Parts: sequence; C-alpha cells; structure tokens
Amino acid sequence: METPAFLPADRLQALLELLTDDGYRCVGPRIRDGAVLYQTLDDADQLPRGVQVQQSPGRYRLEQTDSPRRFAWANGPQALKPLTFAPHEELWVGELQADGSLIFHDAVRQAEPVAVIGVRACDLAALSLQEQHFLQAAPDPYFRERRRQLLLIAVHCTHPSDTCFCAHTGDGPEARTGFDLSLYETDTGYFVTAGSPAGERLLARLPLEPGDAGRFDTACDEVHAAAARQTRDLPTGNLQADLFARLDHPRWQEVAERCLSCGNCTQVCPTCFCHSEQEVPDISGTRSSHQRQWDSCFSPGHSYIHGITLRQDTASRYRQWLTHKFGSWHSQYGRSGCVGCGRCIAWCPVGIDPTEELHAICTEVKAT
Amino acid sequence: MKAPDLRPSIAVHKFSSCDGCQLAFLNLGEDLLALTQRVRIRHFLEAGLDDPDAEVDIAFVEGSLSTPDEIARIRRVRASARYLVSIGACATAGGLQALRNLDDTHDAWRDAIYASPEFIATLAHARPIADEVRVDFELWGCPINSRQLLAAVSALLAGVPPIDQRDKVCLECKRTQQVCVMVTEGKPCLGPVTRTGCGALCPAFGRDCYGCYGPADNPNTASLARRFAGLGLLPDAIARRFLMINSAAPAFHEAGLIARSQGESQGESDE
Repeated sequence: METPAFLPADRLQALLELLTDDGYRCVGPRIRDGAVLYQTLDDADQLPRGVQVQQSPGRYRLEQTDSPRRFAWANGPQALKPLTFAPHEELWVGELQADGSLIFHDAVRQAEPVAVIGVRACDLAALSLQEQHFLQAAPDPYFRERRRQLLLIAVHCTHPSDTCFCAHTGDGPEARTGFDLSLYETDTGYFVTAGSPAGERLLARLPLEPGDAGRFDTACDEVHAAAARQTRDLPTGNLQADLFARLDHPRWQEVAERCLSCGNCTQVCPTCFCHSEQEVPDISGTRSSHQRQWDSCFSPGHSYIHGITLRQDTASRYRQWLTHKFGSWHSQYGRSGCVGCGRCIAWCPVGIDPTEELHAICTEVKAT
Repeated sequence: MKAPDLRPSIAVHKFSSCDGCQLAFLNLGEDLLALTQRVRIRHFLEAGLDDPDAEVDIAFVEGSLSTPDEIARIRRVRASARYLVSIGACATAGGLQALRNLDDTHDAWRDAIYASPEFIATLAHARPIADEVRVDFELWGCPINSRQLLAAVSALLAGVPPIDQRDKVCLECKRTQQVCVMVTEGKPCLGPVTRTGCGALCPAFGRDCYGCYGPADNPNTASLARRFAGLGLLPDAIARRFLMINSAAPAFHEAGLIARSQGESQGESDE
C-alpha cells in the first residue's frame, strides 16, 4: 500500500469545517454521563483527549490518560444504529375528514446530511448487515433516506476493550470497507485514506502533508497489535446446526436464572433490528399517528400472536436471541449477526457474556 | 328542544392517596379542553364536580383501600361504572401506605400518633382496588403521567383496549439514548424489573430507578438482588429498594422479604 497522506492533529478542525461547508451536521464522540456518545460536534476541541474505556461484563468506566489521542477508546453504547434506524419514529398519520372519509400521510421526511467522525470497523460491519435487512427485500424508506445522507469517517481501532472480539469475527479492528474516509491515528495526527468517491473528493481538499512510510507502518502495527490483544472468541464456524441441535440444553435454564430479560443486550447490539409498531390516536378522535420503536426479543410483545405470548419465560427468550443472532442469521443474511463489538457483554446489567454462553452450549464436553 | 348529550361520561374518584395522580388530568393543558368536548365529566372533586353516585362509562379510581368505608364505597363505584380504570401505585398496589402491611404494628402506630385513636377507623392493611372489585385496566405509576392517561383515554374512546405497557424501563431508557447508571456508576437501578411508562425519567437525570411504576412483565428480582449485593448493598438496603412505593406488588414484596430475612439472619450470626 502506498503511504497515505498525513493530517496533522491540529488540522482536524479543517476537516470539520470542510464538512460543515458542504452542509453536513458533524457527529463525533463526546463524553456524556460517563460514556463515549456520538453527539453533534461543532469544534474539534469537543472531542475527548486521552480518554480510554475499561469494559468488562456489566461494567463500563472511562479513564483519563495523558495521551493526546482523540480516539483512544473502543466504543460507547450507541454504534451507528440510532442514526439510521431511529429508536422511535412516526411512520404515517391517518386523519378523519369532515365527510367521514380517511386520508393518510406518509411521514418520510427529508433527512439532514450527517457526517460521523470516529466510526469503528465493527459498527461499519453492523451497518452493512442492517443495510441487508432494511434495504434489500423490501426497502425501508425511513432507513434509506437517512443512510443516503450519511458520510462515514472511520478511525481504525487501537484500543480494544476486554469485551471486544472483532478480530475473531473478522470485522475489525481495521476498517476495510464501508467508509468514505478512514484515519489511522498517531500521537501527532492521522494518515488518511479514501474509501469512496465522496471520500476522494474530500481528501483532495484537506490540508494534508506527505506521509512518512516508517511512521505509517508503526500506525498499522498498532492496529494489528489491537487485534492480537483481544482474548474473547466464539466457537468457530457457523453455529446454526449446533445451536438448533441443542434447544434443550440445560444451559438455557441456567442463564435464565441470571438474565433479567431487560433487553439491554439487544438495544445496544448494532445489528438488532426488531421493532414494534403502535397506533397513537390523539384525544380529538380525528387523528392517529402510526409509530414504530425499537423492540426486543426479550419483551412480551415480541412473541405475542393471536392472544398468546409464545415465549413467556426468560429461557425461551434468551434462546431466541442467541439462536437467531448466531444461528438462523446465516440462512437469512449469509453470516452471523455478531460483529464482535462486545456491547452486549458490557451493557448487560448483570454481566452475562454471550461468548461464554455459546461456548457452554455449543462445545461438547469431551469425556475424560 | 336541546339535543341529548351523547358524550360518554367519566368520573374520577379518590380513595386513600395524595391526590397527585388526578393531576395527570388537570395537567393535560389544551388536551383537557379537547377531552371535555369528547366526554362529560360527572364527578371529579379535585376539579369541583361532586356527584359520586353518577352512572358513568369510565370511572377512574385513585388511591388504595385503607378504611372500612372505602370498601363499601368502591363497591358502589364499581356498580355505577361500565369500565373501571385504577390509576397510580396506591390503586394498583396499595402504594406507600401499604408499608404498614409489612409489620403487624398498625394499632401501635395509630395509638402513638393520634390523640384520640378511638375516632380513627382504618384497616390493618392497605389494599389495591383489584383486591375488592373487578378492575378493567390499570395505569401504574407514582404518580401516573398525562401521556399515559391520554393514551388510555384515547384508546377507550376509539373503542379499543388500551395498551398495557409491561416492558421494562430499560427499553425506554435505551430508546431515549440514556446511559445506563448501573453499568457506568454501579448504582442499584430497579429499571430492569420495573414497568415502563415514565419515559425513563430518573436515569435521564442520572439517578437509579426506584421502581415507582411497579413490577414489569417477567421480573427477575432474584438476579437483580444478587447484582445489588455484588455492587455492595447490604441485605437491608436491598430490601428497602424493593419495599418502597410498590411494596405490596407481589414480585417486589417477595424480593423485599427475602432480602430482609437474609439481613436478619446475617444480623443474628453477627451477634
């Protein structure tokens, strides 16, 4: 690979200004309430500096270091999901007319252009899976409009958390596809590569310097080292047959004793797409809003059908989550639904680790 | 001749309570005007309408059953209402006053507090409305909010059953993109076992849910109590998390008593 050009750290603001001039709202990592969250970014100085993240099952803590780096954290709870698949939105509205007839309005709105800075490889892989779901068989106009307006600037990950296993799923820590621009972070600035025509055009306007080959090698080595540091893994291969052969495994009941059935794992999962829809009539009796919101296979409504909630207990709900995410996703989307971001592990209030559950369920205990 | 009033009629009844849930009506703002165009309010003391025995389509009932008189009165309310909706923690679970159910000290407290206890007629246990009469729909919360109330009333007026929100607070917390206070700060949040409906209000202000909306569907209180212990809470503190506003709701009641008995047995072994 030819050595990419270099953007000195103090010129990051130039990137933000170019994007703003092009009409984008910039969104980037900022610290709020003890976590790294994607929020509107007006100034490069709003980016965290030297903030790292410690994650373990059921635990997430920020750590301030002396490092000058802006992207020295693994991830926060959000991923890109809320930017394309809204947590709660109006789909259409029905209105009663004076003559007793009904009219319906589509609620698709023009999305604003959004440029996200600091996207992780795992989240790009997750976005690609959500695109398969929302854009292929029956394109979702709400998702499509927001996705069309998104410009993605990846930063290759050099600081994975203990909960990360993207190297194992093959989705990170280096972003290989799905971005417009990508940045390799060093203490003094960023090596910049383009991943799309829009990224090429942006790159050509940045105040870049020629990149030093030796320092670029060091930056790449950091990303490789980030892969080597990851210790979690999944049982290898397609788990569909293994999981469906073990629907009666006692481990489902054991995990249900710990699982709160709260759905946090599915809400922070960047690939989970389940939602519920509801009718919200207003008090005048002449207008009703049809809305959708994120739902979860851990909610009673998810398996409610014709007066019956099919999955009443937590064991069956937990089994649904894992057998779908790691099993039947293969038939539906050609791969597992897991990109190794580890959010389900860190953000589970009781610290359940699906990688541990999958090993327990799918790995045969060898007779000794 | 004046046209007959075909609007459905409603009543708002108060039992043992702080009156706060009735404010969900009065705080509706412009929607209150829209509501009064669609329904005829027959009885609502807090709004100055006094006709407790009026036959109505929907009776909203706030408060718990805490006196012998209230037992007789709830039966009359039930008999005069087509549809009965209990509103708020007192009506759905007995509320704060059900804390007295935990110890058989009702008489001792009464005698200690009132100068002439012979004039006080209260029941030893505060009970939810559904303990005594059939309740068609329950709105949980302490207090309930106008959004919940409006959704239920709008659904009933449209002729469909209101949606029973039994999901956990966590789902709403994540939808509103709040950061989990348990995972980032180790706070003992009851969100994972508590019914949604509040809009994850407490976590949005950085505090842990204290369960004022009562138990959610399928609440795993045993696991959450173990987690609280892992976060450093002693059994007595865990018991107090569960035995608060909804102490008489079965799932919280049971979890609270288990923690309390663990605390007592630890206390004994320490002696």
